[in-house]
Amino acid sequence: MTPPADTDARRIAYGAAFTEGLAQMMDADPNVFVAGEDVGRAGGVFGSFRGLNERFGDMRVVDTPISEQAIVGLGTGAAVSGLRPVVDVMFMDFMLVAMDQIVNQAAKLKYMFGGKATLPMTITTSAGAGLSAAAQHSQSLEAMLCHIPGLKVVMPSNPYDAKGLLISCIRDDNPTVFVKHKRLLGLKGDVPEDLYEIPLGTAQVVRPGDDVTVVTYGRMVHEATSAADALAAEGIECDVIDLRSLQPLDMDTVVQSAQRTSRVAVVHEAVRFGGFGGEIASQIAEEAFDYLDAPIERVGAPFSPVPFSPVLEKEWVPNAEMIGERIRALAAA
Amino acid sequence: MDPSPETLLDLHRRMVRIRHFEEAAGRLAEQNRLPGFLHLYVGEEAVAAGVCANLDDDDQISSTHRGHGHLVAKGGDYSGMMAELMGKATGYCGGKGGSMHICDLDLGMLGANGIVGGGVPIAVGAGFANKYRGSDRVSVVFFGDGASNIGAFHEAANMAAALSLPVLFVCENNEYGEFTPRDRTMAITDVVDRAAGYGMPGAIVDGMDVVAVWEAANEAVSRARRGEGPSFIEAKTYRFYNHHGVQTLGMKYRSDDELEQWKQRDPIELFEDRLATAGVLDADGAQAAHDAAEADIEAAIAFAEESPLPDPDNLLVDVYTPAAYSGAIS
Repeated sequence: MTPPADTDARRIAYGAAFTEGLAQMMDADPNVFVAGEDVGRAGGVFGSFRGLNERFGDMRVVDTPISEQAIVGLGTGAAVSGLRPVVDVMFMDFMLVAMDQIVNQAAKLKYMFGGKATLPMTITTSAGAGLSAAAQHSQSLEAMLCHIPGLKVVMPSNPYDAKGLLISCIRDDNPTVFVKHKRLLGLKGDVPEDLYEIPLGTAQVVRPGDDVTVVTYGRMVHEATSAADALAAEGIECDVIDLRSLQPLDMDTVVQSAQRTSRVAVVHEAVRFGGFGGEIASQIAEEAFDYLDAPIERVGAPFSPVPFSPVLEKEWVPNAEMIGERIRALAAA
Repeated sequence: MDPSPETLLDLHRRMVRIRHFEEAAGRLAEQNRLPGFLHLYVGEEAVAAGVCANLDDDDQISSTHRGHGHLVAKGGDYSGMMAELMGKATGYCGGKGGSMHICDLDLGMLGANGIVGGGVPIAVGAGFANKYRGSDRVSVVFFGDGASNIGAFHEAANMAAALSLPVLFVCENNEYGEFTPRDRTMAITDVVDRAAGYGMPGAIVDGMDVVAVWEAANEAVSRARRGEGPSFIEAKTYRFYNHHGVQTLGMKYRSDDELEQWKQRDPIELFEDRLATAGVLDADGAQAAHDAAEADIEAAIAFAEESPLPDPDNLLVDVYTPAAYSGAIS
């Protein structure tokens, strides 16, 4: 979570880091444009595209109709024609409206065409609960995207990663999905002014420890780190791994940690059943079963839609206290 | 604008080449020499030929699951196509796509598509890229009457109009969405009625008359090249074979009488009569075009049959493009 010490880092917000990375890529590469609902004159519903339309004009920061299939298709067609589109799907829930264009078209064109198509397209979106936005504006649907060969998926947890991963996604010659968490938009952190990349598929140990490996990503990195800080006072040291990128997935970092600690918890905000944690747990079981001293713990949301009322939503979203309890039990197992 | 004699001969050649490819593919399928699904374009040749004769290699088209005709009309190579239909390594897609994903990006053919309506937003994206670059290139969307009922079509047509993109929408209304007649799936007779809802000009043409298609497309393509936005052409046409394959599999979804009536208006026969009357091409000249196409398709079949199968070691190749960002290319 900390940038290299020799950079001219400033403290800026996660949302601003996203905007800065996008603007710098648009400056650097005339083939980069952004299209989506409200991204132009309005600057995006979360302010993530603020100032770009004034600076780059209507052709490079395109206000689109509320048409998610056509937005993703616009990006796909422009990408196979040699541009480097960034298309925004305002809420991750709305990606479901565009699933044919994402899954049947963008993800598969290269392979179906025998390798001839190149699709340097980034789909940006916002996921996550915590705003009382209810069941259709709060989901974390990364597992279904990671299941699709041809897509890459990142979920940054902090401003430094948000900028670096966005730049890597835009520079990547494949369809990538960049997932912001809505509740992290205002989170401030050190972010260098330069254009820099975080290679896709590189996890980061954000809090080293020898007792329990905690694999997580997105906003849950912060809940898991809080839990780990509290557990440290009890003498339980957690190795908290922020995956940053889910597809490609850096299992080497995870497996090495699991072999060292022999106890693993996987934590995500998405519904636990069928969630991405199951894939991680399976791979750990395949690669490091003999090292494990306890069953792999999976922490995720319960099997219900995201509720509206703040009291219900708070119950639904995994938090540091709940994560801490599960890790404590795991450490004692 | 009237087509020149050279254009007329070009239109004839494109239609004949489509017909011979499709007839050969149908024969091979009936002999179980092609794996997978096959959706033949026989009967609809005038639409692809009449439109694509107005395009250059760097104009793009997106196609449908009935896509062979569009690729042939765009200048596609028989051998690469036939090898792809046979699932060979030398096919257009290296055997990874097959009939429903056949494409030639070098010719601006952005792929047949297994999803009805799936190619429409992609062609609109290509149109956006053309406008973005300030070029006079256009993209053409081929789609069926059935695809006009799917959401992707609506979204993309509206977006093309809203952003004033150089895109031509060509509806091949062959009166059936798979096996169900149009009058059971929409309350309008003419799909072009939908164009007005997007604020784009529309025209109906006789899809069995290649000159009518060429003229309408010529006007619409010119309009797009001038930066005046998208247009819509509905071509009334008919497929002579089944939704997939050749035979109707005993399905009684259309009458023999109806089929025969449409076959009386075979677009190639109609055009050959017209060319003979006009003194542009006599019967011998027409036959020579057929013979040339047949010789080419026989050579393509031989090439495809002798071609190697894909190497199983390449199963996972081309799922992703390796990292190779080389910075801005302007």
